[in-house]
Amino acid sequence: MAQEILVKAENLTKKYGDLVAVDRINFEIYKGESFGFLGPNGAGKTTTMRMIQGISPITQGKLTIAEMDITKNSREIKYMIGVTPQEDNLDPDFTVIQNLLVYARYFDIPKEKAKEKADELLNLLQLTQKRDVVISFLSGGMKRRLILARALMNTPQILILDEPTTGLDPQARHLIWTKIKNLQKQGTTIILTSHYMEEAAQLCDRIIIMDHGKIIKKGKPVELIKMHVGEEVLEILHNKETLQFLKDTFKEATIEVVGDKIHVFANKPRGYFAKILKQSSFKGAVIRDSNLEDVFLNLAGRSLRD
Amino acid sequence: MKDKFWIFKIPNISYRVWKVFKRNKDVFMKTYKTNFIPSIIEPILYLFALGFGLGGFISVINGIPYINFIAPALVSVTMMYSSFFECTYGSFVRMYYQKIFDAIIATPITIEEVITAEILWGATKSLINSTIVLAVIVIFGLVPSSLFLLILPLSFLVGFLFSTIAMCFTAIVPSIDNYSYATFLFITPMFLLSGTFFPITSMPEILQTASQLFFPLSNAVILTRSLALGNIQFSILLNLAWILILTPIFFVLAVNLMKKRLIK
Repeated sequence: MAQEILVKAENLTKKYGDLVAVDRINFEIYKGESFGFLGPNGAGKTTTMRMIQGISPITQGKLTIAEMDITKNSREIKYMIGVTPQEDNLDPDFTVIQNLLVYARYFDIPKEKAKEKADELLNLLQLTQKRDVVISFLSGGMKRRLILARALMNTPQILILDEPTTGLDPQARHLIWTKIKNLQKQGTTIILTSHYMEEAAQLCDRIIIMDHGKIIKKGKPVELIKMHVGEEVLEILHNKETLQFLKDTFKEATIEVVGDKIHVFANKPRGYFAKILKQSSFKGAVIRDSNLEDVFLNLAGRSLRD
Repeated sequence: MKDKFWIFKIPNISYRVWKVFKRNKDVFMKTYKTNFIPSIIEPILYLFALGFGLGGFISVINGIPYINFIAPALVSVTMMYSSFFECTYGSFVRMYYQKIFDAIIATPITIEEVITAEILWGATKSLINSTIVLAVIVIFGLVPSSLFLLILPLSFLVGFLFSTIAMCFTAIVPSIDNYSYATFLFITPMFLLSGTFFPITSMPEILQTASQLFFPLSNAVILTRSLALGNIQFSILLNLAWILILTPIFFVLAVNLMKKRLIK
């Protein structure tokens, strides 16, 4: 299947002094797909986003967007990108509508067209009632929605979402997910970072898992799950006898003790655990679908990152 | 920024500067009714306290009534304060607390354009506030010469210079509290020792030279006073020339230092 490559990174590297934030990574993002960068804090996701946006100069390697070199054509590239940054940076001196109109001006969008677009986006993101409200009176969820609206003012070909739903309640999060999916259906290429694995599994066609500035895995979420942890996970309350039994029974499986629970990743097809569990009974045994979080914790380990 | 001469790099700017400038203007227009009052109260207080109060004891300086002597200097002080504070505290709040620069550089506008717009805005604030203070002293009948109209373009130029100097501080201060060093080490001595309240000639010669070299306000005061009193001497061209030399130097420094602070 021949797909048009929109973003291409070759040995992309970013150093801050001696610290290597992004270490010779390679990836290709196709036009119209939804592409996720996952990883713990400090993995290099946001730095990679900032390089794609053209606001952080690359140290080494090559980065092209729509066949334009980021080091030479960053202005042209910025015209085709919309960004929702991790931190709120709405203009607090303005109302909701003024935020959108002033932003449109930065993109040379004519006033009348900007007004039309702004009202359309306020409607889309359910902010019409807040049109003339000053930013400080908005809730966190409304601010995130307004930031998304702002990112769409220039009708971007590429939408960069840096942790789009961090800190939001479930309703607001689902609303944003729905909008993002719709945008992708309409042909927008989505690049997102997240440390919510559920979010990535919901939204992304393909993902990259980064750690310490390097790519440790890439692929489709479902395939990564199948490949690394199997379709199901067995969770059982922890005690010594059970642990020994599990170790004897599932010789090739990865067995992890997390808090008061034992997790067994057997990397076997569906139904495998159920068959064995029939023969013996355990306290608090649960078989559940494995998810990206399991993949992630298996690959990146459980130690805390700052 | 591997380039050794990064600090002298000529900023690459386009018409987009006006879009950022307009943003600041739009915010100002929303609040101008409350905004401009504090900035003109202070010079008027000085005018009353020093002009009428102190002026009762020192009636004449170099043949000029004391109040006529200090009135133009107060316009110069307004140029300095309004632009310097706009590009220190004002710009710092926009940069650090409001993250507005970050939002703007995600659009086709570059950081060089943002900083240039901030400096132009600082110069404009100088023009606006100087116009008001000038109007007040004209109404009080303290400005005998019609050359005073030239003080308006001068206020923009002087404001531009002070904005670039302020922006250099903004590029290096770790936190907003550190501006107090800039104020008491630079702004306050300049305010007092630039020929504002007494003639520069009453200081030792070495201080006179230092004042003219290191305190742009000193040059601004001479120019403003000459224009207000209609007392034009050839030497004021040197004062103007010094401002014109310093301005592009500090402009380039300011833009590159800010770029270094913000582009990582």
